[in-house]
Amino acid sequence: MSDVQSVLGGASFDGAVKVTEAGVQGMITLRGDLGSEALAKAVKSAVGLAVPAPLAVKSGAKGAVAWMSPDELLLTVPYDQAEAAVAKLTKALADEHHLAVNVSDARAVFTLSGDAVRDVLAKGTPADVSPAGFKPGVIRRSQLGLVAAAFWMTSDTEVTVVCFRSVGEYMYNWLCTAAKPGTLPIVS
Amino acid sequence: MLLLTCPNCGVEADETELSAGGQAHLKRFAAGSSDDEFESYLFHRSNAKGVHFERWRHSYGCGKWFLAARDTNTLEVFGTYPAQTPEPPKDLIAAIKKKRPDWKGFAK
Ligand SMILES: [Zn+2]
Repeated sequence: MSDVQSVLGGASFDGAVKVTEAGVQGMITLRGDLGSEALAKAVKSAVGLAVPAPLAVKSGAKGAVAWMSPDELLLTVPYDQAEAAVAKLTKALADEHHLAVNVSDARAVFTLSGDAVRDVLAKGTPADVSPAGFKPGVIRRSQLGLVAAAFWMTSDTEVTVVCFRSVGEYMYNWLCTAAKPGTLPIVS
Repeated sequence: MLLLTCPNCGVEADETELSAGGQAHLKRFAAGSSDDEFESYLFHRSNAKGVHFERWRHSYGCGKWFLAARDTNTLEVFGTYPAQTPEPPKDLIAAIKKKRPDWKGFAK
Protein backbone atom coordinates (compact mmCIF):
# COMPACT_ATOMS: atom_id res chain seq x y z
CA MET A 1 0.00 0.00 0.00
CA SER A 2 1.46 3.33 -1.03
CA ASP A 3 1.83 6.14 1.48
CA VAL A 4 -0.75 8.60 0.20
CA GLN A 5 0.15 12.27 0.60
CA SER A 6 -2.17 15.21 0.23
CA VAL A 7 -0.83 18.21 -1.64
CA LEU A 8 0.29 20.20 1.45
CA GLY A 9 0.42 17.56 4.14
CA GLY A 10 -2.47 19.09 6.08
CA ALA A 11 -1.02 22.61 6.35
CA SER A 12 -3.08 25.18 8.20
CA PHE A 13 -3.10 28.93 8.78
CA ASP A 14 -4.82 30.85 11.56
CA GLY A 15 -5.87 34.13 10.05
CA ALA A 16 -9.05 36.15 9.86
CA VAL A 17 -10.52 32.72 9.17
CA LYS A 18 -8.77 29.41 9.68
CA VAL A 19 -7.49 27.83 6.45
CA THR A 20 -6.79 24.11 6.59
CA GLU A 21 -5.73 21.72 3.88
CA ALA A 22 -8.23 18.97 4.54
CA GLY A 23 -6.06 15.98 3.58
CA VAL A 24 -6.96 13.23 1.16
CA GLN A 25 -10.60 12.78 0.22
CA GLY A 26 -12.15 10.06 -1.92
CA MET A 27 -13.83 11.75 -4.89
CA ILE A 28 -15.71 10.22 -7.78
CA THR A 29 -16.89 11.96 -10.91
CA LEU A 30 -20.09 10.34 -12.12
CA ARG A 31 -21.51 11.34 -15.48
CA GLY A 32 -24.68 9.99 -16.98
CA ASP A 33 -28.42 10.58 -17.21
CA LEU A 34 -29.22 12.15 -13.83
CA GLY A 35 -32.90 11.36 -14.37
CA SER A 36 -32.36 7.63 -14.72
CA GLU A 37 -33.63 5.21 -12.11
CA ALA A 38 -30.53 3.02 -12.29
CA LEU A 39 -28.29 6.02 -11.64
CA ALA A 40 -30.40 7.10 -8.67
CA LYS A 41 -30.17 3.58 -7.26
CA ALA A 42 -26.41 3.42 -7.82
CA VAL A 43 -25.87 6.78 -6.08
CA LYS A 44 -28.09 5.70 -3.19
CA SER A 45 -26.09 2.52 -2.78
CA ALA A 46 -22.76 4.37 -2.98
CA VAL A 47 -23.37 7.25 -0.58
CA GLY A 48 -26.87 6.59 0.82
CA LEU A 49 -28.27 9.76 -0.73
CA ALA A 50 -30.69 10.79 -3.47
CA VAL A 51 -29.58 12.60 -6.64
CA PRO A 52 -29.44 16.30 -5.70
CA ALA A 53 -31.29 19.09 -7.47
CA PRO A 54 -29.27 21.57 -9.58
CA LEU A 55 -26.64 23.44 -7.50
CA ALA A 56 -27.41 21.29 -4.45
CA VAL A 57 -25.06 19.26 -2.29
CA LYS A 58 -26.14 16.70 0.28
CA SER A 59 -24.13 14.82 2.83
CA GLY A 60 -24.77 11.86 5.06
CA ALA A 61 -23.00 9.23 7.12
CA LYS A 62 -21.55 7.41 4.08
CA GLY A 63 -20.42 10.41 2.08
CA ALA A 64 -21.71 13.33 0.06
CA VAL A 65 -23.11 13.99 -3.39
CA ALA A 66 -22.99 17.28 -5.27
CA TRP A 67 -24.65 18.45 -8.48
CA MET A 68 -21.92 19.56 -10.89
CA SER A 69 -23.73 19.95 -14.22
CA PRO A 70 -26.88 18.62 -15.92
CA ASP A 71 -25.07 15.32 -16.51
CA GLU A 72 -22.46 15.19 -13.76
CA LEU A 73 -22.34 14.49 -10.03
CA LEU A 74 -19.45 14.54 -7.60
CA LEU A 75 -19.50 11.80 -4.98
CA THR A 76 -17.28 11.90 -1.92
CA VAL A 77 -16.45 8.86 0.18
CA PRO A 78 -13.51 8.02 2.47
CA TYR A 79 -10.29 7.96 0.42
CA ASP A 80 -9.67 4.21 0.75
CA GLN A 81 -13.21 3.37 -0.35
CA ALA A 82 -13.20 5.30 -3.64
CA GLU A 83 -11.90 2.47 -5.84
CA ALA A 84 -14.48 0.02 -4.53
CA ALA A 85 -17.25 2.58 -4.93
CA VAL A 86 -16.24 3.19 -8.58
CA ALA A 87 -16.29 -0.56 -9.24
CA LYS A 88 -19.79 -0.80 -7.75
CA LEU A 89 -21.09 2.17 -9.73
CA THR A 90 -19.61 0.82 -12.96
CA LYS A 91 -21.28 -2.54 -12.36
CA ALA A 92 -24.64 -1.01 -11.42
CA LEU A 93 -24.63 1.20 -14.53
CA ALA A 94 -23.22 -1.36 -16.97
CA ASP A 95 -26.33 -1.11 -19.16
CA GLU A 96 -26.34 2.68 -19.30
CA HIS A 97 -24.17 5.27 -20.98
CA HIS A 98 -22.16 6.63 -18.06
CA LEU A 99 -18.72 7.38 -16.70
CA ALA A 100 -17.50 6.78 -13.16
CA VAL A 101 -13.92 7.82 -12.39
CA ASN A 102 -11.89 8.02 -9.21
CA VAL A 103 -10.53 11.58 -9.25
CA SER A 104 -9.34 11.63 -5.62
CA ASP A 105 -5.69 12.18 -6.52
CA ALA A 106 -6.51 14.96 -8.97
CA ARG A 107 -7.96 17.23 -6.32
CA ALA A 108 -7.01 19.35 -3.34
CA VAL A 109 -9.50 20.11 -0.57
CA PHE A 110 -9.46 23.02 1.87
CA THR A 111 -11.62 23.94 4.83
CA LEU A 112 -12.24 27.56 5.77
CA SER A 113 -13.71 28.18 9.18
CA GLY A 114 -14.70 31.35 10.95
CA ASP A 115 -17.31 34.09 10.87
CA ALA A 116 -15.74 35.78 7.84
CA VAL A 117 -15.67 32.86 5.39
CA ARG A 118 -17.99 34.67 2.97
CA ASP A 119 -15.73 37.74 2.94
CA VAL A 120 -12.68 35.63 2.15
CA LEU A 121 -14.44 33.90 -0.77
CA ALA A 122 -15.81 37.22 -2.03
CA LYS A 123 -12.27 38.51 -2.53
CA GLY A 124 -11.67 36.03 -5.31
CA THR A 125 -14.89 34.82 -6.89
CA PRO A 126 -17.54 36.39 -9.12
CA ALA A 127 -20.10 33.99 -7.59
CA ASP A 128 -22.76 35.35 -5.25
CA VAL A 129 -21.56 34.27 -1.80
CA SER A 130 -24.08 36.37 0.12
CA PRO A 131 -26.56 34.50 2.31
CA ALA A 132 -29.19 35.07 -0.41
CA GLY A 133 -27.38 32.89 -2.91
CA PHE A 134 -24.96 30.79 -0.91
CA LYS A 135 -25.83 28.77 2.18
CA PRO A 136 -25.42 25.23 3.50
CA GLY A 137 -26.77 22.83 0.88
CA VAL A 138 -25.68 24.95 -2.12
CA ILE A 139 -22.60 24.19 -4.22
CA ARG A 140 -21.06 26.70 -6.58
CA ARG A 141 -18.51 26.01 -9.27
CA SER A 142 -16.73 29.16 -10.26
CA GLN A 143 -13.38 30.88 -10.10
CA LEU A 144 -11.59 31.45 -6.83
CA GLY A 145 -8.39 33.45 -6.95
CA LEU A 146 -8.52 33.11 -10.77
CA VAL A 147 -8.49 29.30 -10.82
CA ALA A 148 -11.39 26.87 -11.18
CA ALA A 149 -12.87 25.75 -7.87
CA ALA A 150 -16.02 24.36 -6.32
CA PHE A 151 -17.13 25.41 -2.87
CA TRP A 152 -19.98 24.76 -0.49
CA MET A 153 -20.87 25.52 3.11
CA THR A 154 -20.91 22.73 5.63
CA SER A 155 -22.26 25.17 8.22
CA ASP A 156 -22.82 28.94 8.44
CA THR A 157 -19.18 29.40 9.41
CA GLU A 158 -17.45 26.63 7.48
CA VAL A 159 -16.72 26.24 3.78
CA THR A 160 -15.18 23.38 1.83
CA VAL A 161 -13.15 24.42 -1.22
CA VAL A 162 -12.12 21.91 -3.89
CA CYS A 163 -9.70 22.64 -6.73
CA PHE A 164 -7.29 20.76 -8.96
CA ARG A 165 -4.31 19.36 -7.11
CA SER A 166 -2.02 20.96 -9.70
CA VAL A 167 -3.02 24.38 -8.32
CA GLY A 168 -3.37 23.20 -4.72
CA GLU A 169 -0.35 25.05 -3.40
CA TYR A 170 -1.36 28.20 -5.27
CA MET A 171 -4.87 27.95 -3.84
CA TYR A 172 -3.56 27.50 -0.31
CA ASN A 173 -1.32 30.55 -0.65
CA TRP A 174 -4.16 32.56 -2.15
CA LEU A 175 -6.54 31.56 0.65
CA CYS A 176 -3.96 32.44 3.31
CA THR A 177 -3.37 35.84 1.69
CA ALA A 178 -7.12 36.47 1.42
CA ALA A 179 -7.49 35.51 5.08
CA LYS A 180 -4.68 37.76 6.30
CA PRO A 181 -5.71 39.39 9.58
CA GLY A 182 -6.76 43.00 9.25
CA THR A 183 -7.71 42.75 5.59
CA LEU A 184 -11.40 42.03 6.02
CA PRO A 185 -14.38 44.19 6.88
CA ILE A 186 -14.96 44.14 10.62
CA VAL A 187 -16.99 41.07 11.44
CA SER A 188 -19.41 41.18 14.30
CA MET B 1 -19.74 43.87 -16.50
CA LEU B 2 -21.84 41.33 -18.33
CA LEU B 3 -24.10 38.93 -16.44
CA LEU B 4 -25.71 36.05 -18.33
CA THR B 5 -28.10 33.54 -16.78
CA CYS B 6 -26.98 30.05 -17.77
CA PRO B 7 -30.10 28.09 -18.77
CA ASN B 8 -28.33 24.81 -17.89
CA CYS B 9 -27.79 25.49 -14.19
CA GLY B 10 -29.74 28.68 -13.51
CA VAL B 11 -26.72 30.62 -12.27
CA GLU B 12 -26.55 34.32 -13.11
CA ALA B 13 -22.94 34.11 -14.19
CA ASP B 14 -20.42 36.91 -14.39
CA GLU B 15 -18.54 37.25 -17.66
CA THR B 16 -15.34 35.99 -16.00
CA GLU B 17 -17.09 32.65 -15.36
CA LEU B 18 -17.94 32.33 -19.06
CA SER B 19 -16.13 31.76 -22.34
CA ALA B 20 -17.33 33.52 -25.48
CA GLY B 21 -18.00 31.20 -28.42
CA GLY B 22 -18.72 33.70 -31.20
CA GLN B 23 -21.77 34.17 -33.37
CA ALA B 24 -24.65 31.76 -32.86
CA HIS B 25 -26.86 29.94 -35.38
CA LEU B 26 -24.20 29.50 -38.05
CA LYS B 27 -24.95 26.86 -40.62
CA ARG B 28 -22.07 24.46 -40.82
CA PHE B 29 -20.81 23.88 -44.34
CA ALA B 30 -18.47 20.95 -44.61
CA ALA B 31 -17.72 18.18 -47.11
CA GLY B 32 -19.62 18.65 -50.37
CA SER B 33 -20.18 22.38 -49.98
CA SER B 34 -18.85 24.98 -52.38
CA ASP B 35 -15.63 26.88 -51.70
CA ASP B 36 -17.61 30.08 -51.16
CA GLU B 37 -19.91 28.45 -48.63
CA PHE B 38 -17.01 26.91 -46.77
CA GLU B 39 -15.06 30.15 -46.75
CA SER B 40 -18.11 31.98 -45.45
CA TYR B 41 -18.69 29.40 -42.75
CA LEU B 42 -15.08 29.62 -41.62
CA PHE B 43 -14.42 33.34 -41.81
CA HIS B 44 -17.45 35.54 -42.36
CA ARG B 45 -19.26 36.81 -39.29
CA SER B 46 -21.73 39.58 -38.79
CA ASN B 47 -20.27 42.38 -36.73
CA ALA B 48 -23.44 43.90 -35.39
CA LYS B 49 -23.59 47.13 -33.48
CA GLY B 50 -26.81 46.34 -31.71
CA VAL B 51 -28.77 43.11 -31.47
CA HIS B 52 -26.52 40.07 -31.69
CA PHE B 53 -26.89 36.34 -31.03
CA GLU B 54 -23.93 34.60 -29.48
CA ARG B 55 -22.68 31.27 -28.16
CA TRP B 56 -21.36 31.20 -24.62
CA ARG B 57 -19.99 28.44 -22.43
CA HIS B 58 -20.38 28.41 -18.66
CA SER B 59 -16.80 27.21 -18.53
CA TYR B 60 -16.02 27.81 -14.85
CA GLY B 61 -19.50 26.67 -13.79
CA CYS B 62 -21.50 23.76 -15.17
CA GLY B 63 -19.32 23.60 -18.28
CA LYS B 64 -22.24 23.67 -20.72
CA TRP B 65 -22.91 25.76 -23.81
CA PHE B 66 -25.88 28.07 -24.23
CA LEU B 67 -26.98 30.91 -26.47
CA ALA B 68 -27.57 34.55 -25.62
CA ALA B 69 -29.15 37.56 -27.29
CA ARG B 70 -27.74 40.93 -26.33
CA ASP B 71 -27.03 44.41 -27.59
CA THR B 72 -23.33 44.78 -28.39
CA ASN B 73 -23.69 48.55 -28.11
CA THR B 74 -25.44 48.92 -24.75
CA LEU B 75 -24.60 45.47 -23.30
CA GLU B 76 -28.30 44.98 -22.54
CA VAL B 77 -29.07 41.27 -22.34
CA PHE B 78 -32.36 40.26 -23.96
CA GLY B 79 -32.26 36.65 -22.92
CA THR B 80 -30.45 33.32 -22.88
CA TYR B 81 -31.67 29.97 -24.20
CA PRO B 82 -30.47 26.40 -24.66
CA ALA B 83 -27.70 25.63 -27.15
CA GLN B 84 -29.93 23.01 -28.78
CA THR B 85 -32.08 25.72 -30.41
CA PRO B 86 -31.71 26.08 -34.19
CA GLU B 87 -33.15 29.63 -34.32
CA PRO B 88 -33.83 32.29 -31.67
CA PRO B 89 -37.13 31.58 -29.85
CA LYS B 90 -40.13 33.52 -31.20
CA ASP B 91 -40.99 35.14 -27.87
CA LEU B 92 -37.42 36.39 -27.54
CA ILE B 93 -37.53 37.87 -31.06
CA ALA B 94 -40.83 39.57 -30.17
CA ALA B 95 -39.38 40.98 -26.95
CA ILE B 96 -36.34 42.36 -28.80
CA LYS B 97 -38.53 43.94 -31.51
CA LYS B 98 -40.54 45.68 -28.84
CA LYS B 99 -37.39 47.18 -27.33
CA ARG B 100 -35.65 47.87 -30.65
CA PRO B 101 -38.38 48.81 -33.18
CA ASP B 102 -35.72 49.65 -35.80
CA TRP B 103 -34.08 46.24 -35.61
CA LYS B 104 -34.30 44.45 -38.95
CA GLY B 105 -34.86 41.06 -37.34
CA PHE B 106 -32.94 37.84 -37.16
CA ALA B 107 -31.21 36.90 -40.40
CA LYS B 108 -29.59 33.52 -40.85
ZN1 LIG C 1 -24.28 26.81 -16.07
